[in-house]
Amino acid sequence: MNALEVKNIYKSYKKTKRAEGFELKNISFSLPSGCVMGLIGENGAGKSTLIKLICGIARADGGEITVLGTENTSRKFTFTKRDMGVVLDYPCFPTKFTANDINRIMRRAYTDWNENIFFKCLGTIDTDLKYGSYSKGMKALLPIAVAMSHNAKLLIMDEPTSGLDPIVRDEILDMINEFTREENRSVLISSHILSDLEKACDYIAYISRGELKFCEEKDDMLDKLVIVKCGEDELNVIDRRKVIGVRKSDFGIEALAYRNAVTGGIHCEKATIEDIMIYTAKGDLEGGARI
Amino acid sequence: MNIIINNTSGVPIYEQIYAQLKNEIISGALKENEPLPSIRGLAKGLRISVITTKRAYEELERSGYIYTLAGKGSFVAKRNNELILEEYLKEIESHLERISKLARAANIGKNELIDMLNALEED
Repeated sequence: MNALEVKNIYKSYKKTKRAEGFELKNISFSLPSGCVMGLIGENGAGKSTLIKLICGIARADGGEITVLGTENTSRKFTFTKRDMGVVLDYPCFPTKFTANDINRIMRRAYTDWNENIFFKCLGTIDTDLKYGSYSKGMKALLPIAVAMSHNAKLLIMDEPTSGLDPIVRDEILDMINEFTREENRSVLISSHILSDLEKACDYIAYISRGELKFCEEKDDMLDKLVIVKCGEDELNVIDRRKVIGVRKSDFGIEALAYRNAVTGGIHCEKATIEDIMIYTAKGDLEGGARI
Repeated sequence: MNIIINNTSGVPIYEQIYAQLKNEIISGALKENEPLPSIRGLAKGLRISVITTKRAYEELERSGYIYTLAGKGSFVAKRNNELILEEYLKEIESHLERISKLARAANIGKNELIDMLNALEED
């Protein structure tokens, strides 16, 4: 079963005096149950818009989204929300509230609220401290703790690790890891910190200027692609249809290509998600391959 | 049990897991009917994709090293001597291939190689 199915989603924001126009162009992908998907893309690519559409905060102009088997425009979706944990990119707790207050509210809001998990997620944070006086790291942790403490089946997180130090980020990754230990739990997470996603995700989806460039199984993609470092003559030996992007300098060429097209002798290195994203975005190549 | 993933070797991760678990089974470190780590547990521990771990386990099952019980996990299959013999043969073949390459490069004849092997056996 798929935890999330997005079919031909279209959304347009008209250009006005105050706002830039923007379009999300027919995006389709699905997230199998039990998997973690990373959503990547430059600023303004449409990641947050897509997440808002999935959560039903914004309405799509076309296409359909099915969350945990329920279409998100149907009336039944209200009940599905109970099984969703959502972390948006802006904090949304009243500054005067403490973690204890939040716990009291959530206990009534969710039928499956588990305060043990909640306080465990908060770790060493003083539960009598007001949210307004939290440090940036603590502020980021609180919504994640809430999202993880009501036995959600699908966790959706919009840049939960941005602006945080490597230690806190690692803790958050551990929390995600712990969360997905159960087989029916899935996660959709957007981030600019691609090394985090490389550690946590099963699938990577890349959105650029409102278009879905690829949605692939992460390890498979990383095994398939390599960074080639060579001279121009050597690059010409490689089948053009197997090269995704090229970066030229006066001292040689770096290119992203399919491993099976690279013949022996040419130096190649393992590609990272960052390489793949950059070469897909910038390395325009005539007759080149797409992922 | 230690499983070490090498990110610079260029060998796909699932093949690395497959090879290391297979070695554990062939060497007898993992005994018959002993449970393997759960797919999810292993993926989380190594911080790799669940899909990749699943693929490694599927390959192990297809090759007959492990069996899976729905809802219970995967276990080491009954020792299949034929399978292990075949595995050894494959390994010997790949070593021989290297030997023949090296011998050709160093201009060492077949008889000399056989003499060397005989000397080894006598020790």
